[in-house]
Amino acid sequence: MSGTFVGMPAFPKAAHEAVNNQTLRGNLRHATHTIRGKRAKAVAEVSDWAALREAGKQIKDHTLRHLDRYLVQVEEAVTAAGGTVHWAADADEANRIVTDLVKATGETEVVKVKSMATQEIGLNEALEAEGIRAYETDLAELIVQLGKDRPSHILVPAIHRNRGEIRDIFAREMSEWGRPAPEGLTDTPAELAEAARLHLREKFLRAKVGVSGANFVIAETGTLVVVESEGNGRMCLTLPETLISVVGIEKILPTWQDLEVFLQTLPRSSTAERMNPYTSTWTGTTDEDGPRAFHLVLLDNGRTDTLADEVGRQALRCIRCSACLNVCPVYERAGGHAYGSVYPGPIGAILSPQLRGTQSEIDASLPYASSLCGACYEVCPVAIDIPEVLVHLRERVVEGGQVTREGNKVVLRPAKGHAAERAAMRAARWAFSHPGALRTGQRLASRTRRLHPRSLPGPGRAWSATRDLPPVPAEPFRDWWQRTNGGKDGAK
Amino acid sequence: MRVALFLTCVNDTLYPDTGRAVVKLLTRLGVEVDFPMAQTCCGQAHYNTGYRHEAEPLARHFSDVFGEYEAIVTPSGSCGAMVRELYPRMGERARAEGRGDTLAATLAPVVPKTYELTEFLVDVLGVTDVGAYYPHKVTYHPTCHGLRGLGLGERPLRLLRAVKGLELAELPGADECCGFGGTFALKNADVSAAMGADKVRNAESTGAEVLCAADNSCLMHIGGTMTRLRTGMRPVHIAEILASTEEEPTA
Repeated sequence: MSGTFVGMPAFPKAAHEAVNNQTLRGNLRHATHTIRGKRAKAVAEVSDWAALREAGKQIKDHTLRHLDRYLVQVEEAVTAAGGTVHWAADADEANRIVTDLVKATGETEVVKVKSMATQEIGLNEALEAEGIRAYETDLAELIVQLGKDRPSHILVPAIHRNRGEIRDIFAREMSEWGRPAPEGLTDTPAELAEAARLHLREKFLRAKVGVSGANFVIAETGTLVVVESEGNGRMCLTLPETLISVVGIEKILPTWQDLEVFLQTLPRSSTAERMNPYTSTWTGTTDEDGPRAFHLVLLDNGRTDTLADEVGRQALRCIRCSACLNVCPVYERAGGHAYGSVYPGPIGAILSPQLRGTQSEIDASLPYASSLCGACYEVCPVAIDIPEVLVHLRERVVEGGQVTREGNKVVLRPAKGHAAERAAMRAARWAFSHPGALRTGQRLASRTRRLHPRSLPGPGRAWSATRDLPPVPAEPFRDWWQRTNGGKDGAK
Repeated sequence: MRVALFLTCVNDTLYPDTGRAVVKLLTRLGVEVDFPMAQTCCGQAHYNTGYRHEAEPLARHFSDVFGEYEAIVTPSGSCGAMVRELYPRMGERARAEGRGDTLAATLAPVVPKTYELTEFLVDVLGVTDVGAYYPHKVTYHPTCHGLRGLGLGERPLRLLRAVKGLELAELPGADECCGFGGTFALKNADVSAAMGADKVRNAESTGAEVLCAADNSCLMHIGGTMTRLRTGMRPVHIAEILASTEEEPTA
């Protein structure tokens, strides 16, 4: 995925700073709790939510099962409508295709619709390296770009910033990229939005090339769909002469009728709205209306490998609504950056280690970045059982096993650094398989209870740094049961 | 009715009072309780940390020990959810890996017979007033696996509301995880501690003396945080509240 995250430390280390950053904690808590409450209301308004959720799950699973067929259908339909389809196996190939397409137009600037796929492949950095400047036009994405920052949320990439911070970024950076911020800019939302509007308008009117992703691709007509709130996307999709859309292969829906389900579940789950303000659809090219050239880059980048995993493939149902981030107690405290990917939160914790593999320190730590509380599964509009996939990926990390990488079946070795834990788990399993040994251990703990330290050594220090240990009782239950004949002998 | 008490390894070793309370409560309600001495652990810690193959023999052992009983009652939402939700999944995975139906067949009998305590009281015995007396202000934390895994819903609250002398205080952010999460508490100690501290502050804001839950492992984390933060609140397992009577009150 994006080069900006290369070399990230493991999740616990990355989360450590965020947990102790009170401003960040406050920003995240306020934002996630507000949207969480609104979403619950918006969902409660729909009487058939459970059925919509199930329908979304079924449609996505069906499409993924027959993805080979639908991909060919998409290519045929887009080509017939005057567009060109490109296939990209990985991030490098996708970046090369887009860079070459932009260069062929002779332009050195592009305007961008907020897109997770282009972030995933690090397209902006790749274009920059070739002398092409990419301008983000989504408000939150603009804040991240101007702040030389990284996104920390799928839907609201600048969720970790408050109004004061945004004002400072605008005042300091806008002039570097185009129209400067007005003199005396305050941190009122209306003033900030107006400053962004004026800054962006110049870019919309000047740009000859637009780059987007898509929320959905309708196979039967080759139509792409972008769902957004601000209208910047529609400007980028309709004003430039050339439009390049980079889309993950899992975004396909077979028919227009299928879209009906997701246009109900996506806005409610993501922005807590009944309907998003702008839904744009485009099919190939149309004479003298909209872009004269249209390119669709279909991106794999680990998706086919993910599809080969029976348990993990459900992550590809994701419609990037980010509801799981907003309810996740771990995301709320660790912040988005700790996940080391453009996909933070619970979905990122299962998506990144599948798309990228579990070899790196950060990717091997992500399956553990959850208390398995299940709030993410409960809220997911396509019923991705995130805890199930987390546990499955934990197994991959500690036990290794067969996975598919770049289309080939390979056997992974267990990740390093789990030897002591594995030994402890085996020892515990042995003791639990021998009730007598368990009992001996319990008795030993009870007899030595006055000698137990208040702080634990080794890995246990992580517990006793912030929490007291429970006192070990004088007698385990099973000894009491035997001594008193289950309490019948009257002894206490 | 005769039931098997599955006390869980954590309760047996660290919280025997909870076990004694369950025995007292069920006996009072006319249920004959047996404690199979060969029981150990359901395998949840192994399974959830990624050691599924280490968890399998423990699940088999559980089925061997409890398979013959009419009903299995446990005072733990998370261990109850392990048996009910994850044992079938272990069986399916073994089948998908071409290891046949043996594991699934071994585990299947215990799955529908395993009940978390409050579920057993409300659904099987059909009681909500268990004749308890507990003159304290109490707030209830619905632990994640009980809430979302087993779907305990209002059952524990209905039981608590029927307790004489008990004043129930609503816990703000009740459905948010306390941050225990088994090995999560060690592997992501900073985040776990932050979640625990928030849970404790919410509990403190209710003015209750006692925070109760249906899982001692979550209570161990919450209670350890409470004493460290010097709140003066106490963690108490719901079984101990329900077992308390005017004649024999629980502290």
